[in-house]
Amino acid sequence: MADKKDIDEVTGTDTTGHEWDGIKELNNPLPRWWLWTFYGTVVWGLAYTIAYPAWPLINSATQGVLGYSTRAEVAERIAEVDARNAEVSERLAAADLSTLAPDDPAHRFGVAGGASVFLANCSQCHGQGAAGVQAAGYPNLLDDAWLWGGTLEDIEYTVRHGIRNDTDPDARWSEMPVFGDILSDEEIAQTVEYVLAMSGQEHDAAMAEQGMVWFEEQCTACHGENGEGIRELGAPTLNDAIWLYGGDRETLTETITYSRFGVMPAWGPRLDEHEIKAVTLYLHQLGGGE
Amino acid sequence: MTQSPASPPPLYAPREPIFPRRVKGTYRTLKWWIMGVTLAIYYLTPWIRWDRGPNLPDQAVLVDLAGRRFYFFWIEIWPHEFYFVAGLLIMAGLGLFLFTSALGRVWCGYTCPQTVWTDLFILVERWIEGDRNARVRLWNADWSFHKVRLRMTKFIVWFFIALATGGAWVFYFADAPTLARDLVTFDAPLVAYSTMLILTATTFVFGGFMREQVCNYMCPWPRIQAAMMDESTLTVAYRHWRGEPRGKHMKAEDADQRGDCIDCMACVNVCPAGIDIRDGQQMECITCALCIDACDEVMERIGKPRGLIDYLALSDEEAETKGAPPRPILEHVLRPRTILYTAMWSLIGVALVYALFIRSDIDLTVEPVRNPQFVTLSDGAVRNAYTLRIRNLTAEPREFRVMLTSDDILRIDVESDGAVANHVTVPANETMQARVYVTARPQDPAADAETTDLRLWVEDVETDDRAGVATIFNGKG
Ligand code: SF4
Ligand code: SF4
Repeated sequence: MADKKDIDEVTGTDTTGHEWDGIKELNNPLPRWWLWTFYGTVVWGLAYTIAYPAWPLINSATQGVLGYSTRAEVAERIAEVDARNAEVSERLAAADLSTLAPDDPAHRFGVAGGASVFLANCSQCHGQGAAGVQAAGYPNLLDDAWLWGGTLEDIEYTVRHGIRNDTDPDARWSEMPVFGDILSDEEIAQTVEYVLAMSGQEHDAAMAEQGMVWFEEQCTACHGENGEGIRELGAPTLNDAIWLYGGDRETLTETITYSRFGVMPAWGPRLDEHEIKAVTLYLHQLGGGE
Repeated sequence: MTQSPASPPPLYAPREPIFPRRVKGTYRTLKWWIMGVTLAIYYLTPWIRWDRGPNLPDQAVLVDLAGRRFYFFWIEIWPHEFYFVAGLLIMAGLGLFLFTSALGRVWCGYTCPQTVWTDLFILVERWIEGDRNARVRLWNADWSFHKVRLRMTKFIVWFFIALATGGAWVFYFADAPTLARDLVTFDAPLVAYSTMLILTATTFVFGGFMREQVCNYMCPWPRIQAAMMDESTLTVAYRHWRGEPRGKHMKAEDADQRGDCIDCMACVNVCPAGIDIRDGQQMECITCALCIDACDEVMERIGKPRGLIDYLALSDEEAETKGAPPRPILEHVLRPRTILYTAMWSLIGVALVYALFIRSDIDLTVEPVRNPQFVTLSDGAVRNAYTLRIRNLTAEPREFRVMLTSDDILRIDVESDGAVANHVTVPANETMQARVYVTARPQDPAADAETTDLRLWVEDVETDDRAGVATIFNGKG
């Protein structure tokens, strides 16, 4: 800093000594209101960081004297919403779905709530739009084919107990033998042609005729004489256009040779009663409900 | 080195109080009328009733934020028709351009709420404290019971006007009689009270104390308007070529030596902006023409022609200085610029009116379900799902039939509320959502094509009114 003050001639104010193209910066004091606002914000800032969680520590942060936490606030809000919906949730939980009228508020609540239950819990396997993933054998829930039935009651049972899981003795359970151990490759190939034939696809007629023999011997017990499937056993229909894993020659060969084993968890212990009912209603109205 | 001044000039000059004098004349009368009409519209509109049938508000003008509707007499605007409001705003903007380019700041001078309420507040002030001279005297007088009494009376009247102003505003957003009752029983929503509080406070302060300062320091409009004015725009101006050199009126003296202005200060004393128009055009002037009235009165008294102060265009100055007579008003106003603004204004107006007449009272939107794009059914048929939103803009529930353009290739199922039916009933003034399934049989070309165009219709079962939306059908292709 220069010793002697540099005074601007016109205003008589001292300058900061900074000069640009002959224009000097005047050393005017800050307006008082501005200064006080500034001090105010400093005080506010300090108080705020004491009142609320703010200062980082090594593994955590200060908690703030008000004990505020966003997590607690969220929990509170959720509880608030739950409380507001308590009545209709209870109604839904106690309802007999097959007699619940579509314009009943509980029904609407169920369909809407079921959609979010589905997104949170089911969409990982069945897809956001519930169309399933064929390559992985996650069934499409929009079509009119059901392995275990598509009535409200059937859907609710499946959701509650799951499929082929050891945790629930009431789980739906079906199993297809590994035919690679029972039939020769040739015999399997012939069976595949027969299955192609019964579902109306291109096939080798001669092989299919031979395949019919193996089919009647090995498959009709579960899949029915004409491949119409048997719901009580969870055996899929083979004579329609819908395939769980795929209906082409290659996939069918693989399915028959190695068998398939899809699993779905039981949601009974994980979801609330009204959530199970809700997701059932939601699934039923997706287009395939019976 | 120069001496530093005792204290640097402040950035903000404290307000010089202005005590406008009362004036009579054409423009003042016009201003009274405009004040009366605009204030009446503002205060009374929410109380006009309008029978729309059951379940609908019977308030003629209502902005129903919760129900997301705007009611304006027989017109009912839904959120998706907000372009009406946008259109009206554009028209308001163009109207402002038009008037400003023709007549300068007439909006400021006559219809701006700040001007109207200030005028009203000054009127009250004059009733209670007297005209200019009395008010100046009172201002300079020491505090006394008399002064306190007058001031308090004035503030109380101002307060009630301000309260009514804030109050009127909230009535546009709720049923006025119900809200009025709730307000006095303290049952009204907090937002109503806070809105009233804010508007009451701003009206009181802006109209009573800040007045022309709002125009000079807070309002951006005076700064922008210059862009719409040119030298042909009529603004309030002083014919200095006629008035100068000014001098006190003395009958005996030879008048030839002097101009017509007798320096009586009438024009300055009536000016609500506190300026002297004889100094030329000034930013503060709101073109209210009160100085014209004041000066015309003076001219009449001293037996000179009116119009020493007048609505003038800058471009006329030269000709008039040389002695040309004033040009007729119409010549000023009819210019390509104003004609263009008028044309644009009317065009939008006509378009809006047209839109109002052709708008249907059914509104349909169709949203194809994209996840998945299609579903194969067990018989090999292909099905698409669509979400329909049907708005019934009438006051009666209506039943709609949902239809397709080509029933022979595609089949339709409608599901609303989980039940399958081809009919959807939409309650009065509501939007209903329905899920529609369209199916192509396996042998139909649409099943194998990539996409097929189709059109979904809803048709009123009784009146056959219909609305249709084009969409596509996704096949396996
Ligand atoms: S100068 Fe005349 S027109 Fe302008 S604000 Fe004052 S009184 Fe009104
Ligand atoms: S009112 Fe007219 S005559 Fe009087 S000072 Fe103003 S311009 Fe001059």
